[in-house]
Amino acid sequence: MSLTRLIAVARKEVLHIVRDARSLGIVIVMPVTLMLLFGYGVNLDLKGLPIYVYDQEGSQQSQDLLKHFQSSEYFHVAHEVDNYPALTCALDDGSAKMAIVIPWNFSQQLGAGGQVQVQALVDATDDNTANVLMGYAQAVVQGYGSQIQLDWLRRRGIAISTAPVSVETRTWYNENLESSAFIIPGVLALVMSVIGAFLTSLTIAREWERGSMEQLISTPVTAMEIMLGKLAPYFVIGMFDVAVCAFLAIEWFHVPFRGSFATLSLSSALFMIVVLALGFLISVLAKNQFAASQIALLITFLPAFLLSGFLFAIEQMPPVLQWITRILPARYYVSVLKKVFLKGTPTAMLSADLVPLAIFAIVLTLVATRSFHKRLE
Amino acid sequence: MPDATNSVVIENLVKRFGSFVAVDRLNLAVRKGEVFGFLGPNGAGKSTTIRMLCGLLKPTSGRAAVAGFDVARDPESVRQNIGYMSQKFSLYNDLKVIENLRLFAGLYSVPAKQLEERIAWALEMANLKGQENLMTRTLPGGWKQRLALGCAVLHRPPIIFLDEPTSGVDPISRRRFWELIQQMATQGVTVFVTTHYMEEAEYCNRLALIFRGKIVALGTPSELKHNSMRGELLLVECEPLGRTLEALQSAPGVIDAAVFGNALHLSVEDAANSAPIVNSFLRERGLTPGKIEKIRPTLEDVFVSLTSESAAEARTQ
Repeated sequence: MSLTRLIAVARKEVLHIVRDARSLGIVIVMPVTLMLLFGYGVNLDLKGLPIYVYDQEGSQQSQDLLKHFQSSEYFHVAHEVDNYPALTCALDDGSAKMAIVIPWNFSQQLGAGGQVQVQALVDATDDNTANVLMGYAQAVVQGYGSQIQLDWLRRRGIAISTAPVSVETRTWYNENLESSAFIIPGVLALVMSVIGAFLTSLTIAREWERGSMEQLISTPVTAMEIMLGKLAPYFVIGMFDVAVCAFLAIEWFHVPFRGSFATLSLSSALFMIVVLALGFLISVLAKNQFAASQIALLITFLPAFLLSGFLFAIEQMPPVLQWITRILPARYYVSVLKKVFLKGTPTAMLSADLVPLAIFAIVLTLVATRSFHKRLE
Repeated sequence: MPDATNSVVIENLVKRFGSFVAVDRLNLAVRKGEVFGFLGPNGAGKSTTIRMLCGLLKPTSGRAAVAGFDVARDPESVRQNIGYMSQKFSLYNDLKVIENLRLFAGLYSVPAKQLEERIAWALEMANLKGQENLMTRTLPGGWKQRLALGCAVLHRPPIIFLDEPTSGVDPISRRRFWELIQQMATQGVTVFVTTHYMEEAEYCNRLALIFRGKIVALGTPSELKHNSMRGELLLVECEPLGRTLEALQSAPGVIDAAVFGNALHLSVEDAANSAPIVNSFLRERGLTPGKIEKIRPTLEDVFVSLTSESAAEARTQ
């Protein structure tokens, strides 16, 4: 291995990047864009959902119940209507996610000590949102119900301040239950997949396409030197982008960072090696820039997006998919990221994620090295 | 296998791509310090041979040694001793002239102490002094070729392989390029060059004519012209050319006929005997020949004659 030759290749690669507006854009603009897109655009929080109300009775009691809905941060009572078709219409056109119907005999039934049923019509197009809405609605109505019971008991001289058993919750790690804190750390994995695999997948293929590979391999430079020389600049760029993204996450989006920067750097370096080796391997096998970039997106970006636990919890996936995620390097990196940012888990306790990452890094580097030969066939 | 007199030794070299035989049992020795030309039409196997010699393709069978190193077993040692210019321009267009030179100096591990001197020498040789900061993309074809040569010889290799170095370059640049090649040869460098331009072959010390993967003739340009042709050559001027050519295919004593410019070249056993026969043969068919005279064959005649023989042989087999 000759350092002179390795540096010669690396320097040329830097010049290619600097002079190619497209790669430069991907290097600088893409990480910031993805951060902003996911930081602002993707919000899994369900707050202020619009609901319509049809209060058939309009009594003191029914308005009390409505106040409970209004005071909940999850609901926003958008309209009160006085007929069914208006509710149906609102659900149809999406201006309401849920409609509450309070029956005409609401207070009368309550006074008689009977059971009253309040109707909730839910738009269940998005089953997840629907489930959450029903849960919230149930909670609001139950809260109202238990208050009535307490009042009733108190009026009969039985003094009980609250319900006998209640759950006292404390949320850890993501105290404010903000989905951005859950999403943003994972964006780093997306950014690195693009920088690492997508950009490097072009480098070898480009040399084949332009014919410069033939000249390059006619010199004494070794396959290893070509690989390391080409990947070194992308490694530096990738780590720089990690720093930019981490800075944005912490300073701009106020995502808590409780772990150590050393752990972040170590796991990022490992994941970077994995995606660089993958990109290189794709580039060697594809020998064509278009095919290489498509394959790179397909096998790195998409899994990092869908199956890494970045947005969708792995535990909730079907067993087959869960098993597949085990062979995805991004899964381990996303897991480390979430722990490093939100939990501050010490490095020693991250071995379940770091060891697989390291194994991927070593194996893929070896495979990539073996795949590239200084021959034209 | 150190060899005091030969830079390149090829023995029974074969390259097959599937069922296609690109190079067919080639045997050849190129002497140190000579300009050796590899002449043949496109697809004859020139590039394939040169790529095998540079260790870029693995021979199917047979062997070849360059600078004493086996190209299949020790391609890295071969690469230390050669400079190669591929057929398609393959420097980096988005790098400046000086950056391309620095890159190849680095790839060839030119020592730091000699770096500036070598680069200055290459710029001087390629006549690109003062153009260091031009983007390679913007260079005219002839300049690009000279830069490519400069990059290939920065490390002063004893052997250089040039694959059609002048294709697509204007005639003046071509002439200049050949002067460069001659200059290197006088400094003791062995030059192995392929071309399909017949007139360029005259610049070579020795030539191999290659056709369908086989060497059909080997020698100095004048040896080839004198010894490789069967019989002698007659120039026939007669209009219209097409009808004349058709008629002469079946004329007595004519081995072969081909159009050269606005005349025909006839290859015949004996020029002195054939001239009057051809004359009367044409007149009998209502044609009025102009000049009919014996001429000295050019390399192109040799080539046409040899390739048509070789093609005829292949047909009869």
